[in-house]
Amino acid sequence: MIEVRELRKGFGDVEVLKGLTTSFDKGKTNLIIGQSGSGKTVFIKSMLGLFRPDSGKILYDGICYSDLDFEEQRAIREKIGMVFQGSALFDSMTVEENIMFPLQMFTKMKKTEMRERANVVIDRVNLENANHKLPSEISGGMQKRVAIARAIVNNPRYLFCDEPNSGLDPHTATVIDNLIQEITKEFNITTIINTHDMNSVMEIGEKIVFLKEGNLAWEGDKTQIFRTDNEEVTNFVYSSNLFKMVRKAQNAQ
Amino acid sequence: MTYLHDIGKYFLMIKETFVKPTKGKVLRVLIFKEIDDLIIGSLGIVAFISFFVGGVVAIQTALNLTNPIIPKELIGFASRQSVILEFAPTFLSIIMAGKVGSFITSSIGTMRVTEQIDALEVMGINSLNYLVFPKIVAMCFYPFVIAIAMFLGILGAYIAAVYGGFTTADQFLTGLKDDFIPFHISYAFIKTFIFSFLLATIPSFHGFYMRGGALEVGKASTTSFVWTSVSIIVVNYFITQMLLS
Ligand SMILES: Nc1ncnc2c1ncn2[C@@H]1O[C@H](COP(=O)(O)OP(=O)(O)OP(=O)(O)O)[C@@H](O)[C@H]1O
Ligand SMILES: [Mg+2]
Repeated sequence: MIEVRELRKGFGDVEVLKGLTTSFDKGKTNLIIGQSGSGKTVFIKSMLGLFRPDSGKILYDGICYSDLDFEEQRAIREKIGMVFQGSALFDSMTVEENIMFPLQMFTKMKKTEMRERANVVIDRVNLENANHKLPSEISGGMQKRVAIARAIVNNPRYLFCDEPNSGLDPHTATVIDNLIQEITKEFNITTIINTHDMNSVMEIGEKIVFLKEGNLAWEGDKTQIFRTDNEEVTNFVYSSNLFKMVRKAQNAQ
Repeated sequence: MTYLHDIGKYFLMIKETFVKPTKGKVLRVLIFKEIDDLIIGSLGIVAFISFFVGGVVAIQTALNLTNPIIPKELIGFASRQSVILEFAPTFLSIIMAGKVGSFITSSIGTMRVTEQIDALEVMGINSLNYLVFPKIVAMCFYPFVIAIAMFLGILGAYIAAVYGGFTTADQFLTGLKDDFIPFHISYAFIKTFIFSFLLATIPSFHGFYMRGGALEVGKASTTSFVWTSVSIIVVNYFITQMLLS
């Protein structure tokens, strides 16, 4: 479980996160949604310690992560898997080497064991015939999947995904969503996903945090989000034509 | 003020590079890769430049020795002194600031802008140690490159002087051995060693702390080249003052 208390983060004079308080449960797929520029990435990076919060606390299973220094955070960080919005693959390494990287760093596995383990996750993210390619030789969607494979290969206890399925076709996007949910349940980990994809919200939105200009505007789950009267949320949810049609149909009934 | 701030940050970076080391096995592979990129990869250009500049030094000396009282041995002597004292250690280091330096800045800078450094840090890896330490270790082999450059520089001078008909082989070799001060070699390698450290760390600094996108990576490489060569020149001045005078 990850708890966030009164988290504030700004750059220069601009305050991006304006005092967020919420919590993300273990064994659930927690979603952070919001418009582009609402601060989702900054929120995730502040939770990870990549940005030092201006004030507020971040607790990982009761441990106050934000008060620790880098060395003390290390034990927790080794248990974090992160999928960056831009994939952030190591471009001097092949796909397989990228995925094996956390194993190489944090386990005593032999090369063959690592390769086996890597291939298990490669299968799970539906990545065939790319093991020996460099990140620059595969498509953006494949890079995303490599990033996901790298994030889950060492069985993380906390999984962060910054728009894991942007740039993927609808089918693969669903596969990835389901995979993330499966892993979350299977290993009972705390998963936090940034997204503005309403399909993901419908599929795996067990807890949803809605950010609006750095404020936490709404919290709930996937059934509540389609029923809420909160105007900001409905504006966001029903901005897509598909959902407008769904709502019309609902109202007509 | 910002310069002072940056200098402080540079020294903090160096300190950070040596603490919280990465797993030995991983580090060893990285060091070999850097030796390949930074040292082996530079040999060709270094050999080429040293040989020809050595030749030019000899020809220039010969052509400017119009006064018959000055012995032809001076060609060998002057070539040796200029190649060993300044040309190989200093001039080549400035060329390396362009070659190795901009490679280091752009590769680390690209990792910064594409969040690869963040990816390392999320996992709890000391990214400075992971990225910069292997480069510093690899650059410890840089004095060997300079030794090769000295040899080829003098060889180039010999060939240009003797086969160009400016002097005889005997005269050149006599000049080469004339008034030889072994300490000059030590002096050259002491400064080479310091330059190798500058060549690894200053470009790393500019890459690691850069912000922005691809355009800024290019700018950072240029800035890094300027600062690395300025530092080499300044350090060269002080070392020479301290060790030779
Ligand atoms: N390193 C930074 N320095 C300064 N400002 C930043 C930085 N990172 C983000 N911001 C600002 O913070 C705000 C929120 O950015 P953020 O990247 O969190 O948006 P987001 O919700 O993730 O958007 P998207 O859905 O497009 O990824 C933006 O206005 C951005 O300009
Ligand atoms: Mg974002």
